[in-house]
Amino acid sequence: MPEALETPVKDATQPGSVPAAESKPEKARSLWSDAWHDLRRNPLFVISAILIVFLLTMAAFPGLFTSADPRHADLANHYLQKPKWGNFFAPDWFGYDVQGRSIYARVIYGARASIAVGVIVTVLVTIVGTVTGMLAGYFGGWIDTLLSRITDIFFGVPFILGAMVVLTSFEERHVYVVILALAFLGWTQIARVARGSVITIKQADYVMAAKALGASTTRILLRHILPNAMAPVIVVATIALGGYISAEATLSFLGIGLAEPTVSWGVDISSGQEQLRNAAFVLIIPSIMVSITVLAFIMLGDAVRNALDPKLR
Amino acid sequence: MGRYVARRLLQMIPVFLGSTLLVFLMMYALPGDPVRALAGEQAVDQAQIAQVKKDLGLDLPIWQQYWNYLSGLFQGDFGTQIATQRPVADVIADAFPITVRLALFAFAFTVIVGISMGVFAGLKADTLRDRGLLVLTLLLISVPSFVLGFLAQYFFAHELGWVEPNVSAVAASQELILPAVVLGSLSLAYVARLTRTSVAENLRSDYMRTAVAKGLPKRRIIGVHLMRNSMIPVVTFLGTDIGTLMGGAVVTEGIFNVQGVGYNVFQALKSREGSTVVGIVTLIVVVYLVSSLIVDLLYAVLDPRIRYA
Repeated sequence: MPEALETPVKDATQPGSVPAAESKPEKARSLWSDAWHDLRRNPLFVISAILIVFLLTMAAFPGLFTSADPRHADLANHYLQKPKWGNFFAPDWFGYDVQGRSIYARVIYGARASIAVGVIVTVLVTIVGTVTGMLAGYFGGWIDTLLSRITDIFFGVPFILGAMVVLTSFEERHVYVVILALAFLGWTQIARVARGSVITIKQADYVMAAKALGASTTRILLRHILPNAMAPVIVVATIALGGYISAEATLSFLGIGLAEPTVSWGVDISSGQEQLRNAAFVLIIPSIMVSITVLAFIMLGDAVRNALDPKLR
Repeated sequence: MGRYVARRLLQMIPVFLGSTLLVFLMMYALPGDPVRALAGEQAVDQAQIAQVKKDLGLDLPIWQQYWNYLSGLFQGDFGTQIATQRPVADVIADAFPITVRLALFAFAFTVIVGISMGVFAGLKADTLRDRGLLVLTLLLISVPSFVLGFLAQYFFAHELGWVEPNVSAVAASQELILPAVVLGSLSLAYVARLTRTSVAENLRSDYMRTAVAKGLPKRRIIGVHLMRNSMIPVVTFLGTDIGTLMGGAVVTEGIFNVQGVGYNVFQALKSREGSTVVGIVTLIVVVYLVSSLIVDLLYAVLDPRIRYA
């Protein structure tokens, strides 16, 4: 299946000059293994991958990084105590917030909510968007018209504003409510990308061949179209993941995303804004964490795009 | 061309109706009650609530409410705020020009600075200045705009004292510069990157080599041949950008206390004033639809190969 998409560019530029034995393994490389080959040598990818593994570990096992409790408030001793930059990994490394809670512990424990929102929204959006885009692109006709107009309708509603409207309806804003609100409005971009990609691919020879051999529509869609249409979808999804983390922080900051007692970077940035003038670090430290996370996913998406789309090089 | 515009305008109708219906449903079909919110924490008689709802038409089935809203809308009636009894059209008339100005400033900043940065980097791809720009745009994309807003407010207003931290109710143009720069910075990064990629790619094309070989002056080669061809992907992005900027203004307006559309939506959401929220979001949807139509028409100007039948 992936052979059809291999990039023969490298071989074609030097006709005949390469001995047959050497050019063979080059030729057999699929789009994905070719991309992987490039990625491993890309410092941008290596840095972002290490960062992401680190952040995911932080989200999964926050206890590995700190023994302090992010909800333990000690007003008497620590009220807005400045960071002690030398005390690596100690509870007072990044100082204490207005309620005397360790900012270091809160930053570590806050990773879980932010990353969970980012990852789960991206998964949901990718599933809904790919299915919609694939059906619209493959079947065309009135199905395409209907699905494309529905996509346009959701695309027209401003993202943050729409999410605000949905979220204000809920009294209790658990992580899953925020996830559903973002996914509800976020799937359109993927649907558009998937539709475009499927329209190009459905005219490919191997799809025609599969049809001529009498393959069922389901088989064509799942075995031939889907794997080949995924490359642009994955790129857009990776870059969007950073955007969803940023959106969660924005909504929490506006006071309509996650809320106490949930520990999240957005919640901390929101509570830090009141102390902006006398203790800017309360706001800046969780902001840096959000930025690093978003940056890591955007760099990853960039690297993957460059590897998958040789035209951009 | 005329037929194309007519067809596009016709296609806009279902999208417009759908988007307003979607916002309407999100506002009214989900839990939360404006009449209850009116009473605050006080205990209110159920019969009283029912009476107020009946007067406001909130007891009708949802589709009938939507129909009443739409038919009002086409007569220029955006409804009335429940708590203040102020017509929503007045609220919009006060707030909309402020946000439009803010969004236009941000847009101008995005276009001028973004395209210049992109061309500057794209002409010398893979050099130090190109790498520098890439890092800068990555930073702008990854720092959430409200953080950027706070930092800008902290440095320019509190530390340096160049501007007031809060924009006054009049929102004079010079007061809107800093919020506009913050609002536009994310789009700026995208525009710069798109321009850079597009310019770097087109530099290698045959028509560029021909133009150089013909001995055309450099200004003409870059200004006419290169720019015109490189702008197509950028213009596509800019088409949806004005709508995005107006939607994103909620955050910026919150930080700098600009009393525009976003500020009013935020207040209305808190008190569950449905008609205000739906009215404003509807207008933003219209702005988005119209600006994306204008962009599609601009394609034909940039690329004469595109003809609209």
